[in-house]
Amino acid sequence: MKKEIKIPDIAENVEKGLIAGVLVSKGDKVSKDQPLVEIETDKATTDIPSDYDGVIDEIKVSEGDEVSVHQVIMIIEVKEGESEDTEGDKEKETEDDKPEDKPKEKKTDQKSVDEDKEETKKQTKSVSEQAESEDIPAAPSVRRLARELDIDLSKMDGSGPGGRITKEDVENYSGETGSETKQKTKLPDFSKWGPVSREDMNNIRKVTARSLSEAWQTVPHVTQFDEADITKLEEFRKKNQDKIEKAGGKLTVTSLVLKIVGLALQKFPQFNASVDMDNQQIIYKHYFNVGIAVDTEQGLLVPVVRDVNKKSLADLSAELSDLAKKARSKELSLDQMQGGNFTISNLGGIGGTGFTPIVYSPQVAILGVSRSKYQQVLVGDEFEKRMVIPLSLSYDHRIIDGADGARFLRWICDVIEDPYAILF
Amino acid sequence: MSEKTHDLIIIGAGPGGYRAAFMAADLGLNVTLIDPELNPGGVCLYRGCIPTKALLHLAKIKTDAEHAGDLGIKFSAPQIDIEKVIDWKNKVVKQLTGGLGQLIKARKINYIRGRVKFVSSNTLELVSEKDNKEEITFEKAIIATGAKPATLPGIDIESEHLLNSEKALDLKEIPKKMLIIGAGYIGLEMATIYQALGSEVSVVELTKDFMPGMDTDLVAEYKKANKDFFKDVLLETRVEEIKEQGKQLEVSFKDKDDKSFKKKYDKVLVAVGQKPNSGNLGLENTNIEQDEKGFIKVNKKQQTNNENIFAIGDIAGQPLLAHKASYEGVVAVEAITGKKAALNDAKVIPAVVYTEPEIATCGLSEKEAKEKNIDYKIVKFPWVASGRAVAMNEKNGFTKLLIDKENERVLGAGIVGRNAGDMISELALAIEMAATAEDIARTIHPHPTLAETIMESAEMFYGHAAHVFTKK
Repeated sequence: MKKEIKIPDIAENVEKGLIAGVLVSKGDKVSKDQPLVEIETDKATTDIPSDYDGVIDEIKVSEGDEVSVHQVIMIIEVKEGESEDTEGDKEKETEDDKPEDKPKEKKTDQKSVDEDKEETKKQTKSVSEQAESEDIPAAPSVRRLARELDIDLSKMDGSGPGGRITKEDVENYSGETGSETKQKTKLPDFSKWGPVSREDMNNIRKVTARSLSEAWQTVPHVTQFDEADITKLEEFRKKNQDKIEKAGGKLTVTSLVLKIVGLALQKFPQFNASVDMDNQQIIYKHYFNVGIAVDTEQGLLVPVVRDVNKKSLADLSAELSDLAKKARSKELSLDQMQGGNFTISNLGGIGGTGFTPIVYSPQVAILGVSRSKYQQVLVGDEFEKRMVIPLSLSYDHRIIDGADGARFLRWICDVIEDPYAILF
Repeated sequence: MSEKTHDLIIIGAGPGGYRAAFMAADLGLNVTLIDPELNPGGVCLYRGCIPTKALLHLAKIKTDAEHAGDLGIKFSAPQIDIEKVIDWKNKVVKQLTGGLGQLIKARKINYIRGRVKFVSSNTLELVSEKDNKEEITFEKAIIATGAKPATLPGIDIESEHLLNSEKALDLKEIPKKMLIIGAGYIGLEMATIYQALGSEVSVVELTKDFMPGMDTDLVAEYKKANKDFFKDVLLETRVEEIKEQGKQLEVSFKDKDDKSFKKKYDKVLVAVGQKPNSGNLGLENTNIEQDEKGFIKVNKKQQTNNENIFAIGDIAGQPLLAHKASYEGVVAVEAITGKKAALNDAKVIPAVVYTEPEIATCGLSEKEAKEKNIDYKIVKFPWVASGRAVAMNEKNGFTKLLIDKENERVLGAGIVGRNAGDMISELALAIEMAATAEDIARTIHPHPTLAETIMESAEMFYGHAAHVFTKK
């Protein structure tokens, strides 16, 4: 009996991915849960395991292909009479007529939550099916263009009257997704001036390029600079280093700033918000998740620490070390990179006196941390040697006013310099 | 011929089959088109759309002449020379099918007269017109064998007085009393023809009203214009039996109260729908799947379960309309030639009933809009307010649009009135393009035309149509 292997629901809001590797070949004998392909999605690489024991009959994808959730990627010949279930529940054979339902039950526990979602959620339709049930407001020529570019119009908003999707909408969208990158201005032939080489962007690069240009175009950015005296904070850090290390983490400037940002977000709710222009609303979030930018070999990754307000410094430090390690070893799950409300980007380890980070839209603010250094600071009438850290805060001026931006960053600096400031 | 494998064989040369053949040839494919007739055309040209329209044209002339007296031009009673009428109709058919024959030659399409049957997924048995049998193989095939008139279940008499839509077009004499079984579009078009030719026409319909499934206001407008048209209108009535009695047919009816009665007619026309010509195709020798009614199941690329075989037109399911077949023919050929974008994603398939007045529809009906939970508004422009309609002495008719209140897009349209069929394409285009009512309202329409009623109905959505006053 031939069974289809489909791309499962990988994570919420993830509809597409790139086949990073095909791990089996036609004719291979595979067992249940054996990884079949490696799929690179919105910033994570995941294995798609086999749902059955059987022999690979057909492979419908190859490395580099873009695939959608629920797309059939392989056909597996499952031996008749042999239950697909390795646990050997023979009764299930009689229900083979319902091929779609059965294998789902047999996935690992970890997956079962996602599977439940799949049942309730409307099945994502393949391009070929969508036209049937949905009224896509686009002319026949535009719908055709979309099919040529592999764009699912049902996921697009049109710019025309009544939401009509125009040819330009499709072309712009296609440029954004990079599936058929359209250059707005033609690139010159660089080889005229010397040798060049070309390299395909990996998925992380594509996503970064797309989301940052989107953020840059939609968010009116303002960057506020400030400096904090971290002399006392450094003393505190050194004093408690061992304690935190025993708890499994590393007490760093980042983990301290993370803790303080958690408090700041509670005090300044508009920094823990998103803008909904369609409905002319501001969405306030009543949870406090903070993303931390991590520099990895594959590119920039932003794992998210959840419920920062509920965690101790020791917990936060431990979690940060863990997330950073996972990011660098490609072990982050998609879930661990979603749901952030605010981001901290610490480039201090590399250097620099200040920078203007780009807001990770739909978040509304990002805190940049640069390298701290000793400075002569006038304390009273005396110059003192103090350690000073430059901070920069970029924010979405649509919902955050300049004074609020200055206040927010100043509050963070105050707390760094004098923790009693929290009391205000 | 039998040694070589054909690149593409198209079975059936109706509007679907010949369109597909022309398209394939234009794209450079080697095409073989097989059909029993001398020239392409299929039922549509030989025994359907075209001959009925030729006869309906005559009906229109006659009705106009009769009504001209009211306007000051009196004609004497028209005399009908039925032989000449049939000749004229045949001439139309011959001219059009002959023209298609020329186009086949010009495109170097290999046209074979004969019938085929599948022997396997890539072999056909061809029975040529001279009854020679041979097997031919193919890479790809398109089935476009169409449909034929369905018979009335339980009625199995053979009689020269019992007609179907095909035979009804080849009549040698005009029956005095005629019964049409089925008040769908074919039945009503035939009624229009025969009534004009002088028959006394009655109609019997199993359901509650004419043209089941159509918005009731459209049907009501047709009925209003045809109040004294039929001798008898027998709704919710079943035909129980038909018996030959001398030169007549005696029909036994049973109405909704289970009351039985009998009536005699010179001719009885059965127009109770169409069934697919899938019976003798040898589909069982392929992997092609059919539905319970015998229509071939296809995907959005018109591909059957047997991946090198495609099906288009009537054989591939409802609605059974020539223009749908042609469209699907193009989709199938594009899919066969590997065009990535090939897909049947038509939003609307307009439909026209060529009665007098004509009824044309496209897009969503009110019932469908309700089922889809769309918050819509109906705007209806009566033709009595149209200068052109009045100047044409058209007393009936209206143009209505179904508009999505939320985004103001036109989702459906219905027109009753003279030439409605020629007007509906504007709305088909509007819906395909996702036009809003405003797009139509702000498009200058020439004056005075019937098409202005489309613009004015769109303006009604905003409450400012010139020729109807909307109280606010």
